Amino acid sequence: MNISRRHLLILLPAAAVAWKYVEAGTPEASPNYQMSEHWWGMLINIPKCIGCGNCVRACQTENDVPDGNFRTWVERYHVTDTEMTTPEVISPDGGKEGFPVADEDAGKYFFVPKMCNHCADSPCTQVCPVGATFISPDGVVLIDQTYCLGCGYCVQACPYGCRYLHPTKHVADKCTLCYHRITKGLTTACCEACPTGARQLADLKDPNDPIHEFLKTHPVQVLKPQMATGAKAYYFGLDGSVR
Amino acid sequence: MKDAGHLFRFAGLFVVAFLVFLVVRGYVVPKTFGQYGHYRGAAIGEIAQYPVKFAGHQACESCHSDIADTKTKGAHAHVNCEACHGALFQNLPAPAQPKGNLYERFVALIVPPTPPDAPLLLHADDPTSVIPVKPDTLVLCARCHTASAAKLKSFPQVDPTVHMGGVPCETCHNPHSPAIGSDTSSSPTPAGTK
Repeated sequence: MNISRRHLLILLPAAAVAWKYVEAGTPEASPNYQMSEHWWGMLINIPKCIGCGNCVRACQTENDVPDGNFRTWVERYHVTDTEMTTPEVISPDGGKEGFPVADEDAGKYFFVPKMCNHCADSPCTQVCPVGATFISPDGVVLIDQTYCLGCGYCVQACPYGCRYLHPTKHVADKCTLCYHRITKGLTTACCEACPTGARQLADLKDPNDPIHEFLKTHPVQVLKPQMATGAKAYYFGLDGSVR
Repeated sequence: MKDAGHLFRFAGLFVVAFLVFLVVRGYVVPKTFGQYGHYRGAAIGEIAQYPVKFAGHQACESCHSDIADTKTKGAHAHVNCEACHGALFQNLPAPAQPKGNLYERFVALIVPPTPPDAPLLLHADDPTSVIPVKPDTLVLCARCHTASAAKLKSFPQVDPTVHMGGVPCETCHNPHSPAIGSDTSSSPTPAGTK
């Protein structure tokens, strides 16, 4: 193989740059964090939610969520006695700036914060053709955005509508359960910003987590249990009209 | 048997193609693919490296212990600092690309450098230059406390137009301990205006 001096001069720096990337390797997760010791979920206490939109704004700030897309959002249900199965649901801009005032009238109003359920048997990870989305060993559904093709199968497969295609990155995007925070011992941005404690991060493998006592003593529900997704967003006080 | 030569040649070709496939696969498939399952294991560590913007109330309380003490006595004891004050980080402008020496500039010609992301700086790291904006209580308090039939009856709610008529909430309430007449020693309002 003949390499001219000119070619060598071009190749050497390129090889040097490539070698830098090889040397850099892959960043380690936080020290002292063992994936096998955690199994993450979320507890959502519906009566406590006041629809302030703090969680939506905090999530957008923490995770640079593009405008018009949501990793978490809040819906307001209005259920009347005669229309139990067809509630009126609103979520103006994901509930980011709150909701219009609800007048006293027939029926009831309540807020339902929604987010990725981090399903243990998630339909979205099963349909990915390239292995770009997966359930981490600690139970968080994540996306490897360097691997994602942006085909959108997972967006269609999620029964909860929790995924979207990022408008500029052109790959799938979703709630990471603030994985960069929970692996450092912090709670998620939405939980940190919730003023009423309506959201609580839960570690189901931590015997000292208050989630165990709560689940023992309170009736909880997951969204769309008939889908058998193994959802880990547990809702307390969920109305039957919520879809 | 003498005619079987072409079969051996074909088999040889097949073996060579398979070896080439194995070599190419070894280079193309990321090292950590399959470490935990059918995905790139290193992606988990990469996602865990994203920058944190909400520092958490513990970070605030390590300096502002007086406010933390006031808060524990009041109705806002469980409202975290950043729920009202916003995330503790601020985006700083991205630093200018260093010119570098001749070699680095030559490398940059071949491999265009990716511009570094704007660094994140937390108020907790640099309290003097990164100062959180003081929230406007007329907007902030109304977000939670505007009366609505959708909220629990036990949650304190007011009609903002009737209740204060444009007077900022902190005139009467200390946001850190909102009951009137409660400890206002660390109130943002100057003493005497209560």
